[in-house]
Amino acid sequence: MTDILDVARRQVLDEGRGLSASQVLDCLNLPDDRLKDLLALAHDVRMRWCGPEVEVEGIVSLKTGGCPEDCHFCSQSGTFQSPVRSVWLNIPELVEAAKETAKTGATEFCIVAAVRGPDERLMKQVREGVAAINAAVDINIACSLGMLTQEQVDELAAMGVHRYNHNLETARSHFPNVVTTHSWEERWDTLRMVKDAGMEVCCGGIIGMGETREQRAEFAGQLAELEPDEVPLNFLTPRPGTPFADRPLVEGAEALKTIGAFRLALPRTILRYAGGRELTLGDFGTREGMLGGINAVIVGNYLTTLGRPAEQDLELLTELEMPIKALSKTL
Amino acid sequence: METTTYCDRCGRPDADGPHDACRAARAMEPPRYCPACRRRMIVQVTPLGWTARCSEHGETRG
Repeated sequence: MTDILDVARRQVLDEGRGLSASQVLDCLNLPDDRLKDLLALAHDVRMRWCGPEVEVEGIVSLKTGGCPEDCHFCSQSGTFQSPVRSVWLNIPELVEAAKETAKTGATEFCIVAAVRGPDERLMKQVREGVAAINAAVDINIACSLGMLTQEQVDELAAMGVHRYNHNLETARSHFPNVVTTHSWEERWDTLRMVKDAGMEVCCGGIIGMGETREQRAEFAGQLAELEPDEVPLNFLTPRPGTPFADRPLVEGAEALKTIGAFRLALPRTILRYAGGRELTLGDFGTREGMLGGINAVIVGNYLTTLGRPAEQDLELLTELEMPIKALSKTL
Repeated sequence: METTTYCDRCGRPDADGPHDACRAARAMEPPRYCPACRRRMIVQVTPLGWTARCSEHGETRG
């Protein structure tokens, strides 16, 4: 029987063709004693097709809490008894957050709002925020504002928003177990509009929401079909008050297998460490993932939870001799 | 008179502890409840810090 890693070495490393969903599943089903081989190959693929640079990003919540959607992992949903209260960030605070992010060496700053989609109040805040950041800081601006209309897509593109994040979160077949107030297809439609408008597409999800390995592989295949510029990989951190509050953390080895397998499905994509890595992988596992296909990080804090200190990630990149990607304003 | 204080993560009285799990979780989370009055605080997380504001007891930063 042909070994999946031998197949991947030819197909992905040599030819740059990502693994299919069924091939990703073969990787996820590898025994733990093959994990090192999987990560080593994923690292080779990343170095061959993406290079050694690491893209560093900071994120901030412009509008926190009070969201009408029921994403079962999210402490910002207004439909659960979560301790997170609603709050808006003002423009000076937003600019300060962008400055803090730029000081870490980051080239990306993502403005996030907990909404189904932006209303006029939010679009106005984003418009003013983007202009104020551009006047004060040299950094690429990304946004994550939920589902968009075509007019909103066009306006964000015209503002110079460089990348738009909208996560599919999980496999299409598992999505109804995670969100019931909107559909996977509605998210997909926003992503297609963003892509067609020429903005870079950032689309990933959360591992550990009760999906099977088959569904993780399905998700990788669906992301590959979308061809996003960036895939942020989160690992579930169960939040108090949410329907997923009692879910267990993903096992470290399982998380690393997922990283390696997703890299083999997406050889040219920016694969970013996002939330949950600190608890799921710890310091040692974080290093393993950086040597197993990851080529981007969110530094510092997340939207409602804290990350490890930015310096710790930057020191790790120095130790691994992975240069931080320089700023290039292409839009 | 004895003053009741509250866990800033779960909002229950400190005396109802132990709050070991809360303390461990707080390493990666800002506070959510005012330790003096258990009001839910307005919390803003930014890339390098956080603020938590109680309408009665003011703001703390981390």
